[in-house]
Amino acid sequence: MLDLLLSLLILAGAAFTFVGSLGLARLPDFYMRLHAPTKATTLGVGSLLIASALYFSTRGQGISLHEVLVTLFLFITAPVSAHLLAKAALHLRLKSLAALPGEDRERADPPWADGD
Amino acid sequence: MLTVALILALALVAAALALSLWRLLRGPSAADRILALDTLYINTIALVVLLGIHLGSALYFEVALLIALMGFVGTVALAKYLLRGDIIE
Repeated sequence: MLDLLLSLLILAGAAFTFVGSLGLARLPDFYMRLHAPTKATTLGVGSLLIASALYFSTRGQGISLHEVLVTLFLFITAPVSAHLLAKAALHLRLKSLAALPGEDRERADPPWADGD
Repeated sequence: MLTVALILALALVAAALALSLWRLLRGPSAADRILALDTLYINTIALVVLLGIHLGSALYFEVALLIALMGFVGTVALAKYLLRGDIIE
């Protein structure tokens, strides 16, 4: 039973991590690419850390709380770094497929139009 | 069953690392490369945690914690450089 739960958590975590990186590699512009790793990958790593905490807590050496530290730290820092990167991208005026705040346009340049 | 799941998960995370590396090498703007580096260190934490379960050693959490701390500092420094042209003003 515990093995089943651990396997499910580990597979779900790895799948979310993979989907996050797939989004990073495949999505067309920077603002979309920012979503994939900061949400999916963080959730995936959180799931893996829960699995790890369960595994080491049930081995008879007391409750393992190291993972909680890593999880807390990751969940606090991921939005901060995403916010800083979004600010940097706005500062660099990277091209976006949707309208950015302060712009009104129907449709932006197609993704194959060369950015910088 | 746990061993099979672990090996599958290790393969998936390795593929995720390869995809992030591809974005790091290709990524058209500097912000893309910084985002790819950010994803790379988070994927590395996942890999280290999986390896810790696989080898049954609790020593790997300190490694994961250190990578998380240093990776965040690195991302913030690089994003700050893009924003201000300087890291410590």
